[in-house]
Parts: sequence; structure tokens; C-alpha cells
Amino acid sequence: MVSTTEAPAGDIDPRITGTAGTESQWQLIRRRFSKHRLAVVSLWVLGMFAFVALFAGFISPNDPGDVKARYTFAPPQGINFIDRNDDGGWAIRPYVYGYDVEVNPASLSRSFVIAENKKIYLNFFVRSWDYKLFGLIPTDLHLIGPERSRDPFYILGADRLGRDMFSRLAYGTQISLSVGLVGVLMSLILGVIIGGAAGYFGGWFDAVTQRVIEFLRSLPTIPLWMGLAAAMPSGWSPLQVYFAITLILSLLGWTELARVVRGRFLALNGEDYVAAARYDGCSHGRVILRHMVPAFTSHIITAASLAVPGMILAETALSFLGLGLQAPVISWGVLLQEAQNIRTLATAPWLLAPGAAIVIAVLAMNFVGDGLRDAADPYAS
Amino acid sequence: MTDDTVLQVRGLSVAFPGRRGDTTAISDVDFDLRLGQTTCFVGESGSGKSVTARAVLNIVEPAVIKSGAIHLVDVKAGQRVELSGLDPDGAEIRAVRGARIAMIFQEPMSSLSPVHTIGQQITEAILLHQNVDATEARARAIEALRAVQIADPEQAIDKYPFEYSGGMRQRAMIAMALGCEPDILIADEPTTALDVTTQAEILRLIRDLQASRNMAVMFITHDMGVVAEIADQVVVMLHGRVVETGPVDQIFHAPTHHYTQKLLKAALGLDAAPARQRDTTDDTVLLETRNLSLRFPSKGRIFRKGTGVQALDGVSIDLRRGEILGIVGESGSGKTTLARVLMGRFQPQSGEAAYHTRDGGTRDMTKKASFRDGLVYREMRMIFQDPYGSLNPRMTVEQIVGEPLLVNGLLKGGALRTRVGALLERVGLPASAMERYPHAFSGGQRQRIGIARAIALDPRIIIADEATSALDGSIRAQILDLLLDLRAELDLSILFIAHDIGVVRYFCDRVAVMHRGQVVETGTALQICDHPRQAYTQALIAAVPIPNPRKRHLTLT
Repeated sequence: MVSTTEAPAGDIDPRITGTAGTESQWQLIRRRFSKHRLAVVSLWVLGMFAFVALFAGFISPNDPGDVKARYTFAPPQGINFIDRNDDGGWAIRPYVYGYDVEVNPASLSRSFVIAENKKIYLNFFVRSWDYKLFGLIPTDLHLIGPERSRDPFYILGADRLGRDMFSRLAYGTQISLSVGLVGVLMSLILGVIIGGAAGYFGGWFDAVTQRVIEFLRSLPTIPLWMGLAAAMPSGWSPLQVYFAITLILSLLGWTELARVVRGRFLALNGEDYVAAARYDGCSHGRVILRHMVPAFTSHIITAASLAVPGMILAETALSFLGLGLQAPVISWGVLLQEAQNIRTLATAPWLLAPGAAIVIAVLAMNFVGDGLRDAADPYAS
Repeated sequence: MTDDTVLQVRGLSVAFPGRRGDTTAISDVDFDLRLGQTTCFVGESGSGKSVTARAVLNIVEPAVIKSGAIHLVDVKAGQRVELSGLDPDGAEIRAVRGARIAMIFQEPMSSLSPVHTIGQQITEAILLHQNVDATEARARAIEALRAVQIADPEQAIDKYPFEYSGGMRQRAMIAMALGCEPDILIADEPTTALDVTTQAEILRLIRDLQASRNMAVMFITHDMGVVAEIADQVVVMLHGRVVETGPVDQIFHAPTHHYTQKLLKAALGLDAAPARQRDTTDDTVLLETRNLSLRFPSKGRIFRKGTGVQALDGVSIDLRRGEILGIVGESGSGKTTLARVLMGRFQPQSGEAAYHTRDGGTRDMTKKASFRDGLVYREMRMIFQDPYGSLNPRMTVEQIVGEPLLVNGLLKGGALRTRVGALLERVGLPASAMERYPHAFSGGQRQRIGIARAIALDPRIIIADEATSALDGSIRAQILDLLLDLRAELDLSILFIAHDIGVVRYFCDRVAVMHRGQVVETGTALQICDHPRQAYTQALIAAVPIPNPRKRHLTLT
């Protein structure tokens, strides 16, 4: 630290010592964000979701598409950790109880009962069914699974075809989150380019864009999605449908982000430091990229993080109505389709688990977005 | 304690509670307010003047009054009330606020509600504190408006704040404050946002009202000229402490504390400042405009052509080599528009403007194309008014100052770093400042960074648009001195735009006075300040407060 007393005459702030003021904008944002407790917790929750999405196969104990008619609507098994022997000793070893099937003599309907005499021991890092990690690396390693792979292990129960809800939920997380992120990413690209041009150059381009945005926003979204989704050729593969749905969502989603970006550009155009950059001789591109964009990246990230839940909800709504993603693709919306029937819900309430996942994910994203918004302006308050 | 002491403050300390302990705002402040006297609180921003005023009304939230006593004396009844111990939201203190102690603020527009008429806002205060009916309150409000010399108060009372000019709004605020005939009027920088002629009117008004109503006035300002014009007693504050108290004549002519002496030295009055003469005889004209006219069309009126604001109306100026040309005028006189035309932001509808470049060429400044290759921007640089808005908060000082050198391809890497360090040292900042972000610096330091950026390209002309008006007195003087040094060293010509005619005599060689888009008078600084020829210039000069209580001229009745 060079002594500030060398400088002439008194207006050197004596408070500037050491490393004060060397923190960048991002460091300030991080510090403020870390004070927002709810947002930090939500970030951890989202991190967990991201982990599940990335390592869906590793986390799933069962193949999500594996149909087992024996275990139709099998209820969730609670995992026990402390294993007590008959002679009073105990050990820490995770296990679940197996099922007994009871047949109701009057209605002849079958129902599952947790059989406390059948212990199914669980092991970590077991090898069972094959999958590809990140869609690339073939492996059969799983985080947890029953000792003998033929034993039933349903943490969140099984669905109509005896498929494991937990594994399906993990795979659904992968699809639903990626639809949200990719959709927002595409909206963001459209929004930043169109909104940025409108805000920076103004004039007729701005006027036309604003009218187009107003038109798009005046369209009722659900019927429009339904129309577009119905227009998709029925012969498309699930992958093509997936991309088409993402595209449809982002084609309508960019308007909000374009407005945010345009507003920031308009506000920044009046800033002296932007004028100073022009007088420094910067080209349009450099003014935009070096001087203006860094000033609102935090705003864009905030707007985007608040837009992701909208995308996820839209995908869920479409798939729930049967117009979005179709089986065998698994998404939260597709999973909830199974929960449309009130009678199945009465027998198997665990089919609503994807709903809980949606609520938690959307809330967490909103909290993180709020925290980012508050942290983005270190000079506020 | 004399009989007319209406407020006695002893040992007042206010602190902002924080996680890492309290931050002291003011500590151990003592002062008295007397009926019929004006006590000026003077000090630079952050010295605790406003906090002191708010503490008197017990509205310091989120801070808290730590210790001290504030005794409000009812002189007639001989009663004393202790204010500092009262509940800030309680009935007792609310009975004092507005009724016994009234306050007016710096920014009259944000202190008035835009959705209520002036009359509604004044009568509300009267109805709250006095036992009168609506008709009587309205009559009193009209009386109050008449007392603050608002023309035609019967009509003016039903107008909205936006229909008032800045000076009228401040008058309305005073009328509101006076509605309940308080003993004490607290004025927190009431004239800082106003033009100099309006400021003179408001000062005169406060002085008259105080004399006729025998009020005690607590007047907060950073302008020593205003202090000299209005004060009876002066309290000088520094870093939350009172460093000197005394009668105004003693403070100005026999100051004891070195900080008071420094403040006085920095007060650039029109009479005391050294008269400057241009020391070169080089008459080469670098920048000239002839009959520049610019009209901003009014928006939203497609069918009514020809209306709008005539921002510039036949402006002709010359900027000669090595000269400091001051452009002065009140807000809305077109001086900033002129700067923007010269920087190519707006194109005038008629007139000529030419810049004679270093290599002997001439650029037509009325055409956008002349600016496109950046040559003009390399030779003509700008210093901005707002030291906070003109530096990119996302860039380090090194990046900010180095940007013009980098984008013009002049320097990069280690050479750039060395040059930036040298520039920072040239403007009086340590080279180590380059790693920091702008938020670490005070206003004056930021303005130094802006100057370093401006001189980085070795320019010929600097346009300084109100470059010192956001700064406190002593810092303003330092920045002006820096610019004077740089001019001599770098052979700069400076176009200095200011609304504060007080700095002109100290800083400028020649002055052009602007009024409603026209240059009404041009002359040497000495001639404009001492022998203004035009009536407008005379009025402008006459309205400037003189920082010498023995030469009081604005508030004499």
C-alpha cells in the first residue's frame, strides 16, 4: 500500500487503506447474496436438483422404464438405518422391508402390505442395470441399490406399470430442468439481441420491436402453445418433439427478457460513463460489450433465473395436457399425467411426487432470483 | 443562558448502529438557538450538519441519539421540554414538529406531494396543529403564501407543485413551515438546488420573515458566501464535531480553527479572488461557432409544428489557444446543450461551428460525419459534472483511465500501466489507486480520475461541463487549481461550463454569459465580474453571495 499522504491536499479519503475498494462488482454481489439466507438455502436446493439431473442414472436404483407387473402401485418403502437383531444387538446398515400382497376377499383387489419380516439390505455403489453417464460413458454403477438386484426397492413407490417413481422423477428432473434452461437460454439470446438493438439504436427499429412484443404478449399463451404443439407432425421422434417444445416456449418467452434488456440499454445510454466511452473512441460494439453489458449482466441473470420457472411450468402444463412431451420421454409434466385420474390418486398418492418437485424447484428458483436481484445493485440502500 | 434562547443543545451524540458496532454520525455537539437570530451550520458533506438538524426534531432513524440533551424553551411561558428522550413516534414530539420547530429541505420538488395542491398541503399542516376549521385554515394558508411573496396567492393556492417554478416551490415549502408560526425554522440547504438569482430571493425572504416573526433560524449550508449573507452565529462542523462557534464577523475575520481558515480560503468570492489574466498572447482560435441555433421539437404534437424549446439561439463563441472560456448561465440557459453540440451529440439546425485540428485541418462540427473517425474526440476531451455517474463502476481505475489509450491503439500492456500510473500521479492520486474500483473514492478523487482520463490522449481542448459543481468548497478549489496547473503544463484550452458565477473570476480568462439560449454578453472575467454591461449579467452578478459579512448586500432591507 502506497501511502496516500504523498498526494496533495486533503481530499484523499483516509478510509481508503489496505485492500478497500479493490473488490470487483462480482465480489460485492457475491457478498450481498450470501447475506440473503433464503436465497443461499435455495441455491443449495437447486444445486441438489442439478446434481440429480446430471447424475440421474447414477442416482436411480431402478431402470425408469423397467415394467414390473408384480409391483403395480407398490407403496413407498421407508429406508431404515439401524438394524436390530433378534438378540438385541444393532448395527448401522440401511435396509427396507419387502412387500406382502393381500387380496381382499370381497372385492378381490390386491393391496401391498409392508412385510416387517422381510428385510432387504441396501448397499452403496452397487452394480446393476446399464446406463450411460452424461449420455456418453456406459456404466452400471449406482449410488444405492438392494443387495440382490431382483429384490424390490421403491423409495417413492411404483406407478401403474410397476416402474420406480424415484428413478422416473430423477430422469424427469433431467428433462424438465433442461427444457427450462435451454428455453431460457434461447429466449435470452433472442431477447438480448433484439432488445439490445432496440434500446441502443432506438428509432423505428425500437418502435417496431415494441409493437411486435406487445402483439406477442397479447396472445393467450395456453391456446397458442396448444395450437403450435398440435401442429407438430406426429411422426417426430421424442427427441425432435423435445426440441420443438423448447423452441416454441422460447419463441414466446423472449419478449419479457427483450424488454428488460431494452430498458437497461435506455437507462445506460443516459449514463455519463457510456458517453465517456464513446468520447474515448470506442466503437459501437465495444461500447456495448465492454461498457454496457457488464453493467446489466447481473440484471439479465436475475431476469433469466426468474424466467426459468415459467418455462418449467409451461412445459409441465403442456405435457400434463398431453400436448407436450410424450412417453417414453420422462418429464415432470409427463409424470403428472399419470396423476390425472382421481381414483388412481386415491390408491397411489405418491404419484403426486413430481408435483412436489415442481413446487420446490420453482420456489427455489424464485428465491434465488430475488436474492440475485437484491444483490445485483451493491449501491442500493 | 440568555432570555431569548429557544433551543439549547448540549453534548448531543448520534450514532448509526451496525453489526460491527456503532458508526458515530455526530458527537458531543453543543449549540444554542436564539429568537431573532440565524445560526448557520457550515461544513462539507458528511460533516454531520443535517444529522444535527434531524436530531433536533428527533427524526434520525435509522440512527439513534446516544446521549445529550436538547432543551426546547417556551420563552413566553418559561417552560422547558427535553426532546432527546422522547419517543420518536410519540405524541409529545409530534406536537413539537411542525408546530414549534418547522423544517424546510433542499429539494422542494421531492418534499412536496405531486398529487395534492399546494393549498391542500399547507392547510393540512395547519389543521393538524391548530384548532381551526377548514375555511379559517385556507385563509391562513393564503396569508402564508402572501407572506412568502407568492404573487396572487388566492389563485396560486389551488395549483399543483409542477405548476410552480423551483423558487416558488421553495417559497411554498417555507409557507407550509410557517403555517403554524413556529419558534424555530430549520432550513437544510434550502437554496443549494436553486439558481443564483432565485437563491438571493429566498435568502432575502428567510431573512425578512425571521426579522418580522422573531424566529430562530437554523440554516444549514456548505456555501460560505451564503453564510456571510445570512448568519448571525456560525457553527463550523467537521467529521461530526463542532470545531468552532461564534458570531459571523468573528468567524470570518478572526477564525481560530485551521479548518475554518481552510474553508474561508476555499470560498472563491467574486471580490476576494485573485483576478486572472491570460498570460499568453497567442490569439489562434481553436474552436469557433457562429450563430448556432438548435430547437428541440416538442414531443407528441404532430400537428403543431414550430413549437418546442429554442435551446440555442444564435450562439457565437471563440475558444482561443491556452484560454479558459467560461460559459455561465442559469439552468435551462442552453450551456450544456452547447457542450453537447460541440461533442457531436446534437446537430444544430443552423449556424456554423468549426474546430481547427492540430494538423492544420478544419472540421465542421455541425455534421455528425466529422466526429466519426474519432480525431475530434482525441483532441477535444470532456470532464463530466457527476463524479459518480461518469466512471464505470464495473471497471478498475486502471481500465477507466487506460481505455482511451487502449482503444486508440496507442499503448498496451506494461507501457499502458506505467502511463496510467503517471497520469494518476499527475492528477494527485497515488499510482496504487489503479487497482481499485471507483466506489472506493470520494467525489473529488473521482473527479481527479475523470481528469486523468481526459488528459490521457494529450488533448488540446477540454470541455468541463459543470465539472466542479458537485464538489464541496475546498475540494472544488483543489480541482480548479489542478486544471490551472494542467493547462499551463499541457497547453490546454478549457471550455468551462458553470452555473456558479462565483468561480468564474478565479478560474476563467474570458466569460460568455448565456440566457435563454443566447449569449448575452462576452468579455474578460474581470470585466464581466466588475463592470457587467448587460442588465441580465448585472442581475446575475448582484445575486452572487459575497463571503464577507461586512460586505453583505443580498439581505439588506
